Amino acid sequence: MTIPIRKFDAIIVGAGGAGLRAAIQLSEAGLKTAVLTKVFPTRSHTVAAQGGVAASLGNSEEDHWHWHMYDTVKGSDWLGDQDAIEFMCREANEVVVELEHYGMPFDRLDNGRIYQRPFGGHMSNFGEKPVRRSCAAADRTGHAMLHAMYQRNIKVNTQFFVEWMALDLIRDAEGEVLGVTAMDMETGEVAMFHAKATIFATGGAGRIYYSSTNAFINTGDGLGMAARAGIPLEDMEFWQFHPTGVAGAGVLITEGVRGEGGILRNSSGERFMERYAPNAKDLASRDVVSRAMVTEINEGRGCGPERDFVLLDITHLDPKTIMQRLPGIREIAIQFAGVDCIKDPIPVVPTCHYQMGGIPTNYLGQVVMPTSSGSQTNAPVPGFYAAGECACASVHGANRLGTNSLLDLLVFGKSAGASAVEYLKQAPRAHKPLPQEAIDRSLARLDRLNTQKDGASVHESRLAMQRAMQNHCGVFRFSDKLKQGVERIVDIERQIAATEIQDKSQVFNTARLEALELDNMIEVAKATMVSAEARKESRGAHVRDDAIDSAERPNGRDDKNWLKHSLWFKDGNGNRLEYKPVVMSPLTVETIELKTRAY
Amino acid sequence: MTNTAQKRMVQFRIYRYDPDQDAKPYMQDISVELESTERKLLDAIVKLKVQDDSISFRRSCREGVCGSDAMNINGKNGLACLTEIDTLKQPIVLRPLPGLPVIRDLIVDMTQFFKQYHSIKPYLINHDHPPERERLQSPEEREELNGLYECILCACCSTACPSFWWNPDKFVGPAGLLAAYRFIADTRDQATNERLDNLEDPYRLFRCHTIMNCVDACPKGLNPTKAIGKIKEIMVRRMV
Ligand SMILES: Cc1cc2nc3c(=O)[nH]c(=O)nc-3n(C[C@H](O)[C@H](O)[C@H](O)COP(=O)(O)OP(=O)(O)OC[C@H]3O[C@@H](n4cnc5c(N)ncnc54)[C@H](O)[C@@H]3O)c2cc1C
Ligand code: SF4
Ligand code: SF4
Ligand code: FES
Repeated sequence: MTIPIRKFDAIIVGAGGAGLRAAIQLSEAGLKTAVLTKVFPTRSHTVAAQGGVAASLGNSEEDHWHWHMYDTVKGSDWLGDQDAIEFMCREANEVVVELEHYGMPFDRLDNGRIYQRPFGGHMSNFGEKPVRRSCAAADRTGHAMLHAMYQRNIKVNTQFFVEWMALDLIRDAEGEVLGVTAMDMETGEVAMFHAKATIFATGGAGRIYYSSTNAFINTGDGLGMAARAGIPLEDMEFWQFHPTGVAGAGVLITEGVRGEGGILRNSSGERFMERYAPNAKDLASRDVVSRAMVTEINEGRGCGPERDFVLLDITHLDPKTIMQRLPGIREIAIQFAGVDCIKDPIPVVPTCHYQMGGIPTNYLGQVVMPTSSGSQTNAPVPGFYAAGECACASVHGANRLGTNSLLDLLVFGKSAGASAVEYLKQAPRAHKPLPQEAIDRSLARLDRLNTQKDGASVHESRLAMQRAMQNHCGVFRFSDKLKQGVERIVDIERQIAATEIQDKSQVFNTARLEALELDNMIEVAKATMVSAEARKESRGAHVRDDAIDSAERPNGRDDKNWLKHSLWFKDGNGNRLEYKPVVMSPLTVETIELKTRAY
Repeated sequence: MTNTAQKRMVQFRIYRYDPDQDAKPYMQDISVELESTERKLLDAIVKLKVQDDSISFRRSCREGVCGSDAMNINGKNGLACLTEIDTLKQPIVLRPLPGLPVIRDLIVDMTQFFKQYHSIKPYLINHDHPPERERLQSPEEREELNGLYECILCACCSTACPSFWWNPDKFVGPAGLLAAYRFIADTRDQATNERLDNLEDPYRLFRCHTIMNCVDACPKGLNPTKAIGKIKEIMVRRMV
């Protein structure tokens, strides 16, 4: 079989916010670029983002990027790299204004400037009081943003390969990345995309959990591909559980609801966040609010017949505000909770939402990993870049602040694109030859699916994985459960290596696509469980029962031993962990020193 | 929570066609038992796929914002993820969106639909040098974009429009025209004349005969007919 080879200067895998922002950079530089995406660009999950994008524009009150930086470091529980965080917060105003220039329909203030609302963890003057920093287009910010960026890409003539699924990363013996193998979903045709620079922007993997705010397509393909090609995954134990997923449905209710004045109540109607975070209350950081909710539920103060959710109340807000600022939320509440939130509170539970970890990168969007000699911890992988939720820059550390992810994908989508442009300009050269076996791994995976007999069902194995993640690696973590979880995931991994599908058609075979996605999900699940089991402290979103809370270890955070990033490597059929230091030195300002985290 | 139906069997008739295996399309009768919590049509179809993994459809967000799972449901276009099962007459008849070539089962080829969208230059055109900060726009000016920018490109409207069925290559269709008006209505856009020129043609705009199918079909409650009317109005004003 001869496999067609398509040559480009650069390829981008993913056409969500990060991929589209990178594409603008490459297309404007006139490079021959291909953007591959599993779904039509505007169907990417960025479309679902609701609340806003952070930037210290200061349109409503005084604000400063340095305050934003402080909040982000604190939100990250000091696991974020301070150089990348400074870079992101400083660039924020520029990328948000650019977006406005592309045509993004931001809401407006009376003076014509972009409307900003408060969001959890974003404070003025180094943690004093909530500040209006989230730039919003009603509660459809992601939709407005994704469409504006797709539209900009039409203007600059980006070439898209829509409904092409990337299968595997191509890396040669020297470790250089030379593109990907991919499949045209409509015809089943497999091709190699040969490039001098490859950017991953494949989004998150929230679907590894049973209950998730994420779309079906969020299966961590970029992470799976990277892991199979020997690239480590960083800080995978850190997953954000969003406080307000609609109970039962998982659909997200933005934190912007609390930004507009929404209040969480338990079964007795008490505003319980006053007890857990006297200062920030309902607008404390997400990990803090989620744990408070689970504690309320565990202690019997949940609502409903099973006492298994709490209520998000906005009935005290002016219906006009709800209709103007939160129209999508009202739609969601009616559709998925069966309540009109103008009149009744919405039942909510913490729901898996965001992957803080990912493919390790620096603030230039270059993928970095330790050299085999160990002489360098952050050596760039030649030709490889990543941005958005699939990457770990690391700006979110152990816990992401709301609205920092849309910012992350703008800033690092742009910087990854710019770095690739720079790389191609500096060293103009021919394509490196593709290694002989470049296509073998992908063909073997497809071949197995075509011939597998007596295998496990994709649905059953996926469900088993999702349940294991939910039960063994959730909002609160227990050392014995984590240990069992690792064993469980290894079992399920074996099952997934032998999934069987009935559908053998070449035409738009979605059963096959789901099986291929599951190959990626299990890598992410395993990386998560193994990294979580190994991290013997509590930090940000990772909270263990056996972490000791003492003066040196406030809230169980053990800076002496665990102020470091995890790097999980897939190693043949096994796996191993390494660690690397957190970057504590920002680019131009002083280090934000370690402190106990309280809101 | 209100609205919780009981565990129940639901009957379906689904349009099936795989060009790889089938000489021609056929209807498959199939049923599935749903839990009380499974309320949306998409929940049911996902469950049907567990029984028969060859049933093919697009889906992603499952909350009505990505536009993937538009299909023809009991004769009416809609999004599976926003359609309440218990409001539907059984057997629930599912077909691909009408008027577009079928790739497989419920998956249609949307090339023509997107071509029309692209043809209206769906991006902001402003020739001035961009200012340091954001361009200013008053809340009232911004409000003009409400009901326009929310389109999710699901194609429920255009594939319910007879004018689009007959002339998919020449008539822009409701979704494209709604997008065209979204930019005309934007105070930051400077290409109104160019946009109107682009539409001044016996087909591109004027094939719309105000049949209103599009309004009826839009799962996001948008009103392409109104936007089309506004474009026609501006065009008339421009002529006098
Ligand atoms: C419901 C919800 C609300 C949110 N609200 C906010 C908010 O208000 N503010 C905020 O800052 N953040 C928010 N977030 C988080 C934020 O939206 C996401 O982190 C961000 O949009 C991810 O963008 P991305 O570009 O990295 O990936 P995505 O938008 O997920 O895009 C991934 C892309 O990769 C493609 N892809 C994946 N795998 C493959 C493959 N194998 N081959 C080809 N293509 C592939 C997909 O087709 C897609 O185009 C929210 C998240 C959710 C779930
Ligand atoms: S109103 Fe116009 S666009 Fe809408 S369905 Fe009728 S003919 Fe088509
Ligand atoms: S106008 Fe409505 S029906 Fe038409 S594509 Fe947009 S969202 Fe879909
Ligand atoms: S699955 Fe996204 S609109 Fe229905």
